[in-house]
Amino acid sequence: MAITTRIATHESKAVTLLFIGVALTYLLLFLGLPLFAVFYQAFSKGWDLYWVALQEPDAWSAIKLTFIAAGIAVPCNLVFGIAAAWAIAKFEFKGKSLLITLIDLPFAVSPVVSGLVYVLLFGAQGWFGEWLQAHDIKLLFAVPGIVLATIFVTFPFIARELIPLMQAQGKEEEEAAVSLGASGWQTFWRVTLPNIKWGLMYGVILCNARAMGEFGAVSVVSGHIRGMTNTMPLHVEILYNEYNFVAAFAVASLLALLAVVTLAVKSLVEWQAKRSGEPLHGA
Amino acid sequence: MAQLAASSKRVTTRFRAHSVLPGFNLALGFTLLYLSLIVLVPLSALFFKTATLGWGGFFDVLTNDRVLSSLRVTFLASLAAAVINAFFGLIVAWVLVRYTFPGKRIVDALVDLPFALPTAVAGITLATLYAPHGWIGQYFAAQGIKVAYTPLGIVVALTFIGLPFVVRTVQPVLEDVEAGVEEAAASLGAGRWDVFRRVIFPAIFPALLTGFSLAFARAIGEYGSVIFIAGNMPYISEISPLLIVAKLEQYDYAGATAIAVIMLLISFALLLGVNALQWWTSRRGVR
Amino acid sequence: MSITIENINKHFGAYKALDNINLEVNSGELIALLGPSGCGKTSLLRIIGGLELADSGKLLFHGEDVEARDARERNVGFVFQHYALFRHMTVFENVAFGLRVKPKKERHHEAEIQRRVHELLNLVQLDWLADRYPAQLSGGQRQRIALARALAVEPKILLLDEPFGALDAQVRKELRRWLRRLHDELHITSIFVTHDQEEALEVADRVVVMNKGKIEQVGTPDEVYAAPASPFVYQFIGNVNLFHSRDHAPWTEQHGDAVAYVRPHDIDISRTPQDDTALPVEVKLVRAIGSIVRIEVSADDSSELIEIELSRERFDTAPLVCGDRVFIRPRQFRVFETGDANELSAA
Repeated sequence: MAITTRIATHESKAVTLLFIGVALTYLLLFLGLPLFAVFYQAFSKGWDLYWVALQEPDAWSAIKLTFIAAGIAVPCNLVFGIAAAWAIAKFEFKGKSLLITLIDLPFAVSPVVSGLVYVLLFGAQGWFGEWLQAHDIKLLFAVPGIVLATIFVTFPFIARELIPLMQAQGKEEEEAAVSLGASGWQTFWRVTLPNIKWGLMYGVILCNARAMGEFGAVSVVSGHIRGMTNTMPLHVEILYNEYNFVAAFAVASLLALLAVVTLAVKSLVEWQAKRSGEPLHGA
Repeated sequence: MAQLAASSKRVTTRFRAHSVLPGFNLALGFTLLYLSLIVLVPLSALFFKTATLGWGGFFDVLTNDRVLSSLRVTFLASLAAAVINAFFGLIVAWVLVRYTFPGKRIVDALVDLPFALPTAVAGITLATLYAPHGWIGQYFAAQGIKVAYTPLGIVVALTFIGLPFVVRTVQPVLEDVEAGVEEAAASLGAGRWDVFRRVIFPAIFPALLTGFSLAFARAIGEYGSVIFIAGNMPYISEISPLLIVAKLEQYDYAGATAIAVIMLLISFALLLGVNALQWWTSRRGVR
Repeated sequence: MSITIENINKHFGAYKALDNINLEVNSGELIALLGPSGCGKTSLLRIIGGLELADSGKLLFHGEDVEARDARERNVGFVFQHYALFRHMTVFENVAFGLRVKPKKERHHEAEIQRRVHELLNLVQLDWLADRYPAQLSGGQRQRIALARALAVEPKILLLDEPFGALDAQVRKELRRWLRRLHDELHITSIFVTHDQEEALEVADRVVVMNKGKIEQVGTPDEVYAAPASPFVYQFIGNVNLFHSRDHAPWTEQHGDAVAYVRPHDIDISRTPQDDTALPVEVKLVRAIGSIVRIEVSADDSSELIEIELSRERFDTAPLVCGDRVFIRPRQFRVFETGDANELSAA
């Protein structure tokens, strides 16, 4: 009986191989091949052209701007994510589920629309357009607009990761810390933060990948001024539309590298969290 | 503890229950301020701007042929991509959970590539691959099928973008399906296909539907990966997000906003559906 | 340090968790808060510990009002039901936590912290686990570490929430005795919450029986067992038979709606009527359980079973089998008006 049951809950060898074959072909076609193609195209005319493409000043300024935008957006959303998760996971209050839904809102918004809302606010015809113009402040088609749009599209990433995690952990450890005489900050730094470190890193990595790679929202607010308001993805677009494929794929290869590193670190975090027996995600 | 947590949910007299932990006011205050400044106020601008059009103007934008075509293309391509992902995503999830093979961990990690790879990079790469002379496109071209620069290309891009959703929602649920249930079904004489159809599939169906809806919702808003491969022919392969950009470039802010509001409403409806689905399944005790 | 609780009330929304609680805990006492889940015992413990606020009432430590003092200033050691050990810290760091978070001027030198933590770990007999993480410990070990951690800050009051609730039966028993010995050594005023009557009776100096947010009885383990103050206490602590006076309890001499409560071991059993109030019954079941024999009987006109416990020796002097017709009469009983009993059955 035991033997027949065992066989009955497994597929035949042929079906197993068929499924694995279908799955791997699908993934190879849609994921493996494109990833390989990025690097292949980037190096198709040799290393020298690749380097030349990357050393171009406009490419450099795009790289710099991308790092600036992510460098501001990620910490902002990190602080927000921690504050939101602290309030939501450790306290009982009215309207909590509404708040959680609102935090998810940017995920439901098309990237283009995310950019559009800032145009409506800060554009020449926007709510604050005249005031900004009168005070000679340029938000739109400038770096602040790009940063804002980036913050918007990556808004939920870290909070989404931390809220269920901290809810699952409960508040007993924090209560224990307080009853042992710890202050609020001591409780947070010594008890809460170490408990959420893997989830936090996970959220930061994904947030950063999206921040550096965002295209639609940034495209709407950037104004596409070469060497000024172009991030790497926007620079890729310009080069591609100019049929400068080697340069386009050279810059794209950097972003693909970022994606690969992101996936590697993400797997590493998952592995570390599993190894230390700390759940990465909430229940 | 359990009874305490349960009873503290019943607090009706005060805004929040007492807690010894500090920082509530600061944390919630900052959360609400940040949420309002970054998300709520900007999004509300969308609706105020649309209001300036009036119902008539809004209706005119909606019934414009080009707008309708773009919505149709966006909707149908997203639907096709989500269906493809539901089918293959289920197989991928199944293979990743049930079978072992060399390199499985790398394959598993690779599934998240569309989350990590910037959409513009995906766009130019897919366009290159599926162009008539591209690595993949040439085989289609030989059959007389054009992929890139047609609605088919849009489906390809949206399939790439939505790939992880189904896999990642089905995977954990499939892991939770108890071997015992399957063994029980098998010992009662059910064949393998019967076991899948009657025992496993009902258990993972809500997750599959959730993954499908998420992929669908994501595809509707997608921009970066599509515009390179779509060809962007008005009435044929022009997606709604691109039309928004086009209207913006002509300084037709109200028109752009009207399309944005429609898309937003579609996305909300979808996410509402997902939430309702999750609420419904959690009530049934099935994840 | 003594604890005085005066007229404490606590609501959770419309739900009354604590209803006018008054309690005096003497310095150095070990008190058990005993009751079914939802009776408010955990809420009371958390209020004493400062983890929860009472809606009204007074809480005094050694005569001093501590309502305004928050949890970190109360100098109370709290042992949580699921221990709440800091999962990312070693056992040593867990115990040292309370010493390390002290304000700079009160903080001990590292060497002193080391000494005291090891002293505490020795006290709970787990010094050899100092470098382990909580996840690597057994339930009983976690429990003792949680206690050591609470004791590290030299609390004047020790509060334990279901301290043995998550442990299996064997470990439970050992830890119970160990806690009692530890308390005899340290003499810290201690209150622990439990829903297990055996635990409360075995460990505590005095037992506070709670039900539906009210205190039913306060007394020594002997008192609450031998002289329950209410039907609830009768039923909650130990087994009890209910005799509705009108039909089956002629000895009560009670009229009207009253119920007599009789412990199974307080019933005499005999083949001949003890006196004219003896109740004729038929033996339905005889079962030897360890050192006692449990006999179930029922009166002729009733299907309700009456439980009787005899010591094995006593049973052996006059063995019974199923179907025997005998007479029973209680040696000890208590009568409560039916009004109380209704309340009881609703509990």
